[in-house]
Amino acid sequence: MNFNATLIGQSIAFAFFVWFCMNYVWPPIVGILEERQKKIADGLEAAARAQKDLSLAHESVKKQLETTKHEAAAIIELANKRANQIIDESKIQAREEGQRLLVQAKSEIEQEVMRAKESLRFQVSAIAIAAAEKILEKSVDKAANEEMLNKLASEL
Amino acid sequence: MAELHTEIAGLRYESANEYVSHHLGFLTFGRNHEGHLGFAHSPEEAKEMGFWAINVDSMLWSVLLGILFIGLFRFVIKNATAEAPKAKSLQNVVEILIEFVDTSVKSAFYAKNPLIAPLALTIFCWIFMMNMMDLIPVDWIPLLAQTVAGDPHLYFKVVPTTDINITLGFSLSVFVLMIYYSFKIKGPMGFLKEFTMHPFPKWYMAPLNIILELPGFLAKPMSLALRLYGNFFAGEVIFLIIALLGYWQLPLHFGWAVFHILVVTLQAYLFMMLTIVYLNQAHTEH
Repeated sequence: MNFNATLIGQSIAFAFFVWFCMNYVWPPIVGILEERQKKIADGLEAAARAQKDLSLAHESVKKQLETTKHEAAAIIELANKRANQIIDESKIQAREEGQRLLVQAKSEIEQEVMRAKESLRFQVSAIAIAAAEKILEKSVDKAANEEMLNKLASEL
Repeated sequence: MAELHTEIAGLRYESANEYVSHHLGFLTFGRNHEGHLGFAHSPEEAKEMGFWAINVDSMLWSVLLGILFIGLFRFVIKNATAEAPKAKSLQNVVEILIEFVDTSVKSAFYAKNPLIAPLALTIFCWIFMMNMMDLIPVDWIPLLAQTVAGDPHLYFKVVPTTDINITLGFSLSVFVLMIYYSFKIKGPMGFLKEFTMHPFPKWYMAPLNIILELPGFLAKPMSLALRLYGNFFAGEVIFLIIALLGYWQLPLHFGWAVFHILVVTLQAYLFMMLTIVYLNQAHTEH
């Protein structure tokens, strides 16, 4: 063992390297490590948050689906009601139309009957005149008897 | 043994004894007894140079390895990202080291001081690298240096931790920090009380307390330095003796080197851990 100034030199070198390490080596690496730790923590937190969001979304989807089902059921019910209503309405309309047609037909028939009666009356009066001619064996003066004949025809 | 050795180390040494002692000598630069500045030609001459001489080889390797340490870390920092580093990248190694030191500091140091962790990292990495030089076969670098310098008797020691001056440089720096923080945290009176009021808290027991406490306090830097120095000096001597055994040295050197990987790491870790513990004691009142 031989003590000499190497001791002092080594102490100076040691002080320098510790100083250098303290200022330029330790802080940047520890900074990087802390940054990474923070990143990982953030990532885990984000994952947890996303999972929560997902479950929330699932729930809201479920709820929405349910309300939609309800709404659809209500709409279908409404549509059924409306359809029934429409059917009912058209039934009534049809009945009315039928009634109307019936009334019209009846009046037409009546008119027809009147017309037939009229023509029948004329024909009968003509036949009556003819018959009267046959009976009297001579022609009846149409003009002289016109008034009487018309009276007869109207009485028929 | 001597004949075997002369075959291998290129006929430079007359005996095994000379081989070992030459390999344990330092390249010392200083003023010799005639007053001339220059390198010492023998361990005796180095001793005569007294305190104001410097072991150029220890200092050179110490500073080189220190620069390698901070250079490596700076290189990694330049390319480092907060993204996950690639597998098998240097950044991983650096991060593992940093986290290892950080957990060690957190487990043994309870006060808050931004100096301690970088100090521990520097101590661990630097001493680890110095110790690792022990695993390079003992003749390689000295032979290279002798060839480059053109002096077949050049002293050139490669493992700085086999130099008591280097290990003392570490431990005395730590000792200075211990005293500094003791004063700063506890004040002069608090620091004095540690020696006079422990373990017996009575004023008339102060002399006995001093006798009990002071050697323990002074032994801390000594034990730090001597433990490291002793381990590596002894390890180096064993490597040198193994190197004298001709071809038998190959398996033996391998075995001792494998064992030394453990010692290298353990001693670096111990030095770091004890430094942390001692500085923690300086920061806390007993």
